[in-house]
Amino acid sequence: MQPTDTRDPDYYHRVVDCQWACPAHTNVPEYIRLIAQGKYTESYMLNRQSNVFPGILGRTCDRPCEPACRRGRVEEKPVAICRLKRVAADLKGEVDHLLPTAPEEKNGKRVALIGAGPASLTVANDLLPLGYDVTIFEALPKPGGLMRTNIPSFRLPAEVLDTEIDYVLRMGAKVHYDHRIESLKALLDEGGFDAVFVGTGAPKGKELDLPGRQEASANVHIGIEWLEAVHFGHVEKIGEKVLVIGVGNTAMDCCRSSIRLGGTSVKVMARKDRRYFKASPWELEDAEEEQVEIIENHSPAEFVLKDGKLVGMRFEIVEWHEDDKGRLRSKTVGDTVIDCDDVILAIGQDNAFPWVERDIGIEFDEWGLMKVDKTTFMTDRPGVFVGGDAAWGPENIIWAVAHGQQAAISIHKYCQGKSLTDRAPNALELTSSKMGLHEWSYANSYNPKPRSKMTHVDLAARLKEFSLEVELGFDPDQTALEVRRCLNCDIQTDFSSSKCIECDACIDICPTSCLTMTPVAEESKLRLALTVPATNLDQPLFVSDALPQTKRVMVKDEDVCVHCGLCAERCPTAAWDMAKMDLKIPHAK
Amino acid sequence: MSYIAKPSVAHKRLEKNAHGLTVRDYEGSLSTLCAGCGHDSITAAIIQAFWRLNIEPHRVVKLSGIGCSSKTPTYFLREAHGFNSVHGRMPSVATGAAAANRELVYIGISGDGDSLSIGLGQLCHAIRRNVNLTYVLENNGVYGLTKGQFSASADVGTKAKRGQVNRQQPIDPAMLALTLGATFVARSFSGDKAQLVPILEAALRHRGFALVDVISPCVTFNDHQGSTKSYMYTREHYHEVVEADLVPLRTPIETKQGEGEARQVRLHDGSLVTLRSVEPGYDPTDRDAAYLHLRKLAKAGEVATGLLYLEEGESDMHEMSNTSDTALVNVPFEELCPGQDALQKLMNEFR
Ligand SMILES: Cc1cc2nc3c(=O)[nH]c(=O)nc-3n(C[C@H](O)[C@H](O)[C@H](O)COP(=O)(O)OP(=O)(O)OC[C@H]3O[C@@H](n4cnc5c(N)ncnc54)[C@H](O)[C@@H]3O)c2cc1C
Ligand SMILES: Cc1ncc(C[n+]2csc(CCOP(=O)(O)OP(=O)(O)O)c2C)c(N)n1
Ligand code: SF4
Ligand code: SF4
Ligand code: SF4
Ligand SMILES: [Mg+2]
Repeated sequence: MQPTDTRDPDYYHRVVDCQWACPAHTNVPEYIRLIAQGKYTESYMLNRQSNVFPGILGRTCDRPCEPACRRGRVEEKPVAICRLKRVAADLKGEVDHLLPTAPEEKNGKRVALIGAGPASLTVANDLLPLGYDVTIFEALPKPGGLMRTNIPSFRLPAEVLDTEIDYVLRMGAKVHYDHRIESLKALLDEGGFDAVFVGTGAPKGKELDLPGRQEASANVHIGIEWLEAVHFGHVEKIGEKVLVIGVGNTAMDCCRSSIRLGGTSVKVMARKDRRYFKASPWELEDAEEEQVEIIENHSPAEFVLKDGKLVGMRFEIVEWHEDDKGRLRSKTVGDTVIDCDDVILAIGQDNAFPWVERDIGIEFDEWGLMKVDKTTFMTDRPGVFVGGDAAWGPENIIWAVAHGQQAAISIHKYCQGKSLTDRAPNALELTSSKMGLHEWSYANSYNPKPRSKMTHVDLAARLKEFSLEVELGFDPDQTALEVRRCLNCDIQTDFSSSKCIECDACIDICPTSCLTMTPVAEESKLRLALTVPATNLDQPLFVSDALPQTKRVMVKDEDVCVHCGLCAERCPTAAWDMAKMDLKIPHAK
Repeated sequence: MSYIAKPSVAHKRLEKNAHGLTVRDYEGSLSTLCAGCGHDSITAAIIQAFWRLNIEPHRVVKLSGIGCSSKTPTYFLREAHGFNSVHGRMPSVATGAAAANRELVYIGISGDGDSLSIGLGQLCHAIRRNVNLTYVLENNGVYGLTKGQFSASADVGTKAKRGQVNRQQPIDPAMLALTLGATFVARSFSGDKAQLVPILEAALRHRGFALVDVISPCVTFNDHQGSTKSYMYTREHYHEVVEADLVPLRTPIETKQGEGEARQVRLHDGSLVTLRSVEPGYDPTDRDAAYLHLRKLAKAGEVATGLLYLEEGESDMHEMSNTSDTALVNVPFEELCPGQDALQKLMNEFR
């Protein structure tokens, strides 16, 4: 195996599992340390740099960082990264003077953003400070996209949404509400824009064409449309017995909203068993806490009507097994009818671009999606960019933000006539965190406490008031405890082989047996030759240059290093250092 | 030394031994020695040896004298019995303890100062008595704890950190032990656990006195250029004579492939030690030949390492002194202390 090139920014970036997994590469350990120091405002602003909506995301993020978190491998549960983000947002002080502003003098370029969801808002956030004239067209009367119309207010209060969207729009975006773009061609031909960004989301809920669907339509609702109607107050109640079809995150919002609008027996009907559910585990937990029943292995077959009115739904009861090719197969083992007053369909979303002409130089793929370049976010028509759910189908807010940032870089380059593919790489800076003989600039002792649990408002209170936020947020004690669970993965174990005298001190002290000195070999052999074999292939090995005395190499399995710094503390020659990584991730500039 | 305790968290896939314990369960408190001290590495090797031999920590007695080396029993086997004696007096405390309870496993940790200066007489007599004790001599050529004065193991010509040159002849503990009739003599290096751990395992399984002289660089006072006990010098002059491997009782024997002539010695408990002479013609069961060979290598400035001499079956202290088979703690009080009448009777026998 070749020596590891730790000056390649990706190597140490990957060690910070959360930051690597976050689509927008939020500097999680640093924002957690800022919270630990009570610097909530600084923590908020650091978050905002990467993810634009810390208050919104601190409540609703899909949090790909958490399953990736090292703490989950070291013990069981990851650090409550998302919850801590909310702490920073809730406790921050005045930020007005810290927010980006638009210059008086504009750069003369006009950009149109279609849709005012998180993707477009991120593009606006990144382009306005550069002097762009930004115009947003939004079909609805308010900005926010699905964050506003579909994420129920008991999960995301309107004030949080309004505040953070205003931080963007106050820079001078021109927003045209209730203005649906019906023809992209017209906009391109007549708008006079230098670039156009499509951030229109995936607005079409999937249908379920089963017998009785048409006849029952008064009581069969499409999930995302129904949630939007609830949001705008067009729907204020639902029948007592509700069946929600599907078990993704939309289904969770539909069932929990139903419980608040008069549903007394709300069932989520899943075709598969729990192992295959799409909803996040915490959303399932929250729904079950609210007495929603989740029924597995029921495949919808028919809407049952009586006197022209929906009275129930027939399901096939199925069993699942894997065939010899490992594909999932079902077998019908029974049949049942479940009574209901209303059915909500939450089985997915589709994109729909009836307003994008097919003869304007934009290629479409077989699923009716525009062909979009994965790096530049541009379509085949120069100057037309796409991001968020509109690009490759439904994802989540943090992906929409990440897309928006990359699209903004491209738009800026495009408007300056620069190459879109010539993008600045991430830049790495390392600074020793050594403060004294046994002192580091971070808290290196390991806190063995388990993950703090979120407290919720009383169940009865929730049902009384639709918009009452369910999660109370961490209290100061929970926060103090949780911040110390973070392992500071950005404080990197940085090795200089020329200094090592091969005394074994680092190897002997390492609590999680990460280090080994051994003759160099190819990676597969090396992995097995370590103190504890490195069988987690997702995690990289660090391999040093040949050591001065024996020509062996120092190998570190990054998998479960707890960044305690003991290797560096016990090293007589400072061959190991605990170096704080600062990763500069380029944004439009 | 470190301000934070070593975190209790361990690798989830850390192997367990027959008692369901991981190596972490054989640790002690965090070392307060200088970072990089060879002694810490020997501590880690001792931890591994006990873990691999499936010896339960509470069945062990760890004893020491005074010195940085003698501080180290605190850093392994936190559940073992321990005795930190005065300078150079560990052998007599160990002898007494072993006489009182032969059921436990004894390990003594000492330094070159503790063993070869103030404690030299004690060491010699423990060897003569063949006390059933693994005696680890952590040899750095200096008195580390008192800031680096030459010890009796310093080689002629070696330089102190301030530049003085040693002119007095060294005492080589391995050769000393051979002349005194020791039944197990080994030398190793703190920087070579692959060699040290099997030697420690064999020593712990050997019945009788086992001397393990371990070159253990003092990073603070004796790891500079001109020192003959530095990491660099030891590696450059390292000369392995015999390779040892312990095959514990009831483990099927598979002879490892390797260079040289292999001999097998069955230990008292039934386990087998394979001794492979890396040096052609070297016989680790021939005391006189071993002595001559070591002298030759010492003259050439080489550090001879390996399990240098092994003799199983000699009488140990218990046999020679006819000590109690039963540990004294387990002897009923009436028997242990039979009362005034019995004492009087005994006294009368001497009249
Ligand atoms: C019920 C539900 C719950 C969700 N919960 C979460 C969650 O908890 N966490 C999370 O991270 N993600 C969640 N998501 C997903 C998340 O909301 C979306 O991935 C995200 O909002 C996508 O952002 P976007 O900017 O691409 O598009 P959208 O948010 O969909 O915004 C698109 C906007 O464009 C407007 N528009 C569409 N067509 C036109 C047109 N032709 N002209 C003008 N305007 C137009 C729409 O009105 C809309 O405002 C949820 C989604 C649903 C459906
Ligand atoms: C009776 C007595 N004399 C002298 C000392 C001072 N003293 C403490 S440690 C030591 C030498 C230790 O040397 P060594 O055994 O080699 O241990 P090291 O520190 O090198 O590991 C001496 C002379 C003492 N503690 N007690
Ligand atoms: S920081 Fe060093 S000692 Fe601590 S877990 Fe990581 S490699 Fe081991
Ligand atoms: S503690 Fe330092 S000098 Fe010793 S082996 Fe580790 S890196 Fe090398
Ligand atoms: S003084 Fe020398 S022997 Fe003592 S702890 Fe420090 S390095 Fe080890
Ligand atoms: Mg010494």
